[in-house]
Amino acid sequence: MAEYEAVIGLEVHVQLKTNTKMFCSCKNEFGGAPNSHVCPVCLGMPGVLPTPNEEAIIKTILTGEMLECQIAPRCKFDRKNYFYPDMPKNYQISQYDEPLCANGAVTLNLLAFPKDVQNDPKVAFDKKIRLERIHLEEDVAKSFHYETASGIDFNRAGTPLMEIVSKADIATPEEAFAYLTALKQILIYGGVSDADMEKGQMRCDVNVSIRPKGQKEYGTKVEIKNLNSISAVRKSLHYEILRQTADVEAGVPIIQQTRRWDDGRGETFMMRTKEKAHDYRYFPDPDLLPLNTEEGLHQTAKSRLPELPAAKKSRLVAAYAVTEYQASVLASEVALANYFEKAAATAKNKSAVANFLLNDYFATGGDIENIPVNPEFFSELSNLVEEGKINTKQAKEVFPKMVAENKAPSVLVKELGLSQITDTAALEALCDQAIAANPRSVADFKAGKTNAVNALKGQVMKLSKGQANPQVVGDILLKKLSA
Amino acid sequence: MSALYTESVASLRRKLAAKEITAVDVADQLLARIEQADGKLNAYNFKPDAAKVRAAAQAADLSKPLGGVPIAIKDVINVQGDPCTCSSKILQGYTAPYDATVIKKLREAGAVLVGRTNMDEFAMGSSTENSSWGVTRNPWDTDRIPGGSSGGSAAVVGGHEAFAALGSDTGGSIRQPAALCGCVGLKPTYGRVSRYGLVAFASSLDQIGPFTKTVEDAALLMEVISGHDPKDNTSVNRPVPKYTDALKQDLRGMKLGVPKEYFISGIDPEVEAATKAAIEHFAKQGAEIVDISLPHTEYACAVYYIIAPAEASANLARFEGVRYGNRVKNPKDILDLYRSTREQGFGPEVKRRIILGTYVLSSGYYDAYYNRAQKVRQLIKRDFEQAFTKCDAILTPTSPTAAFKVGEKTSDPLQMYLADIFTIAVNLAGVCGISIPCGFTKSKLPIGLQIIGAQWGEENVLRAAHGYEQTTEWHKEVPQI
Amino acid sequence: MASPDIDVRYVADLARLNLSDAEAATFQKQLSDILGYVAQLEKVDVSSVAAFSGPVVNNLRPDVLGESLPVEVALSNAPQQENNLIVVPKMIE
Repeated sequence: MAEYEAVIGLEVHVQLKTNTKMFCSCKNEFGGAPNSHVCPVCLGMPGVLPTPNEEAIIKTILTGEMLECQIAPRCKFDRKNYFYPDMPKNYQISQYDEPLCANGAVTLNLLAFPKDVQNDPKVAFDKKIRLERIHLEEDVAKSFHYETASGIDFNRAGTPLMEIVSKADIATPEEAFAYLTALKQILIYGGVSDADMEKGQMRCDVNVSIRPKGQKEYGTKVEIKNLNSISAVRKSLHYEILRQTADVEAGVPIIQQTRRWDDGRGETFMMRTKEKAHDYRYFPDPDLLPLNTEEGLHQTAKSRLPELPAAKKSRLVAAYAVTEYQASVLASEVALANYFEKAAATAKNKSAVANFLLNDYFATGGDIENIPVNPEFFSELSNLVEEGKINTKQAKEVFPKMVAENKAPSVLVKELGLSQITDTAALEALCDQAIAANPRSVADFKAGKTNAVNALKGQVMKLSKGQANPQVVGDILLKKLSA
Repeated sequence: MSALYTESVASLRRKLAAKEITAVDVADQLLARIEQADGKLNAYNFKPDAAKVRAAAQAADLSKPLGGVPIAIKDVINVQGDPCTCSSKILQGYTAPYDATVIKKLREAGAVLVGRTNMDEFAMGSSTENSSWGVTRNPWDTDRIPGGSSGGSAAVVGGHEAFAALGSDTGGSIRQPAALCGCVGLKPTYGRVSRYGLVAFASSLDQIGPFTKTVEDAALLMEVISGHDPKDNTSVNRPVPKYTDALKQDLRGMKLGVPKEYFISGIDPEVEAATKAAIEHFAKQGAEIVDISLPHTEYACAVYYIIAPAEASANLARFEGVRYGNRVKNPKDILDLYRSTREQGFGPEVKRRIILGTYVLSSGYYDAYYNRAQKVRQLIKRDFEQAFTKCDAILTPTSPTAAFKVGEKTSDPLQMYLADIFTIAVNLAGVCGISIPCGFTKSKLPIGLQIIGAQWGEENVLRAAHGYEQTTEWHKEVPQI
Repeated sequence: MASPDIDVRYVADLARLNLSDAEAATFQKQLSDILGYVAQLEKVDVSSVAAFSGPVVNNLRPDVLGESLPVEVALSNAPQQENNLIVVPKMIE
């Protein structure tokens, strides 16, 4: 049996986060009562003209910059002609032969991959997926389908939409997953889009073919639609690669077609074959003059370039002495990294803050968008431990209350009566008490079992109701036993 | 004394300012004239509503530049709350939800809007015969066409059923009917007047412009309707000159070019003679006549009939009965809704151009037709740029013939297309041009002279046109209807 | 370009336009004539000419919210509507 490999390319549509639509000043907003964000322009009334949204162009260029693309010196719009009721003018204003951004790449990273393959030694976690292009266009309306009729809400019609086309560099469903995750991360970093697939802010069409390993020519391409989550993309690709492999093995030729993913059944279904190619009759939109991007637009976009995940990770390691792994996790979400930087600002041990945030906080089931805690409390808490005011165990007692009540740790420590005993005289008395009560442990210690000191330490902690500073206790015990 | 309705806008303004007449007098006389004449001309798709017009005249602010002046509007420009049919069945029932920018500007200038004028369907034609409202008749001979596509606007001004009107010009649709109806028609430089609210035929060629009885009136209207509009990406941010100031200079010292390519076969001898006489008149008035060449003139018509239909095929895709206008009854499915609505809603000329435009853009033909045409267009534009290094304005006939008979050219679209051969290049190059009366044929049909200016050369065009008009009598003739 | 080979029915279908047989036949002839006429552009040497394009001008709209139409006005021209949606025969994907 021959071995097959998959060739995968993704076309991702991303809704841009702007106040207004691409070519008119109606609100760009998800939801809203049907046909409440419409005007003559986005309804395609007779006589109207498009006016391009500066912000959408800047955000597209910014995306291109973040993804290492070449930015076109001139921005030109074309008309893509086809009839469909969700498209008011029956042509879409798009970009054909001169996309705003060309080439570029998305670099994958370990954490972008599904968890279950993050330990797989065969996976190349830092693979670069090259891009073909990024262009800007207008979105279509939303339709609702009933038994015999369809209803159209034009609120979404004319909102700015970016299309990001990858080269067919993706070889596995897991790489597709990681590509989308990493891409989404960057889009959020740049404030370009919220890129939530479930809200349709990021939509993905998949092209996949298979070929025997080593063959140069591509197999017949199949397009998959209706993918509403990143994991659906992965699942549909697994299904489709198996299906195509089985067909080829059985001698059934693959025909060029579009298939629909049914998430409930976990299968793809044929929607249509591509009997004849669309003839979109692209031509430059005479209503829109070409734009010069080289001066203002490109400069503005560059000035907004954020620190990207890889750079952020390196800086976190260097500046906060967190571990590589902690830095990766923190940098995977810009909101998380930003919160961490605030939380660790005045901490003496910043890695401890990372631990509180990444382990203790997420263990409470909270998320970073809605974290209710004043970030300074993280520094305060870790400093209490660091200064020996409370011990780690006490800190773990304080933490859930700090999260639940958004109260300063120093206040909670008092409320809970947790201040640690560091008074040497008091602790010496407790140590003497423990030594007197546990001759056995003392004997063990003297016989060379140095571990026996821990049993005594436990006793002291117990006697202090957990409030003794364990480090000080250990020092006193050692001194006394070795005397 | 001549009737009030034959007055020019400037003269009305003077009389209104001197309180010799009131805006309501003006409105009443015009309404009466329309009642008397429009049955014969069929120039209005929607005649003015008498009560509304009187109320607007009553309320008009006479201190404004066009205060109290009635102006007719081609039925292709959106006026909020009014129909805008483009003389097409497909837009039956459509009510405009917004004002075109030029309408806003007219309102701000105190004008009184009166009625919507007939046109070739979607501005496609040269005779106003392609109208769902029936043909408009030429005020000088009602057996003849008024020209097109703005035939209604030309006929109401030429026939004194309006003091002035707005039209649109894509390949000659203002200048050619102005010539054929004996009035003044100006096609501004592309980008001078906002297209927002003008139902698009060919976006890179369309411009709105005025029809008037005198050159001074054209200048007055241009001062009102010109200017940058943030709603029109192709309108240019450039100050609007006081065009009426350009009229203060006479013709002495003007350099006027005469292109040899415009005096070739196909031109009617009476038209040629009148044009040559006009050129001599300019020379006598002190202008310097220079020979120039526009070498790619012969290709203008072919370029136009690729680019204009191509743009139109996309511009007219929105008319399918989904969001507005006439929808076919009980469509089988969505495809049938499109196909049948468009079959029943569009007339033959519109269908012809949609098919032609769709074809020249279709896969495999784009480079051979559309792309090549845009390259030749660039050469045509360069011709004008070079010519205007040698002269201030260019003199040509507006139309190769005077008005032809109704029905004479309807069976041969190509012959009809050639009616625009002298006007088309101006749109392709994006420059400006005016047509003014320069004589009559033996059978008393008006002949027009075209004066072409460079980009933003309106002042030169108006100066030349005014200098000619003030030293001739043609514009004073009034047709008997 | 020299031999106009327009398939009127195919092109009309792209333009979503029904044609009667008579119309199709008339258009076939007329459009072939017109295409024959425009074929004269082949004579022009355009090898070193860039296609016409509008001037490069950054006429951009700032991203500031403007007014939308009230729903009833937006839908007032619609031939068919229900629940504030514009209604058409069922669309197929």
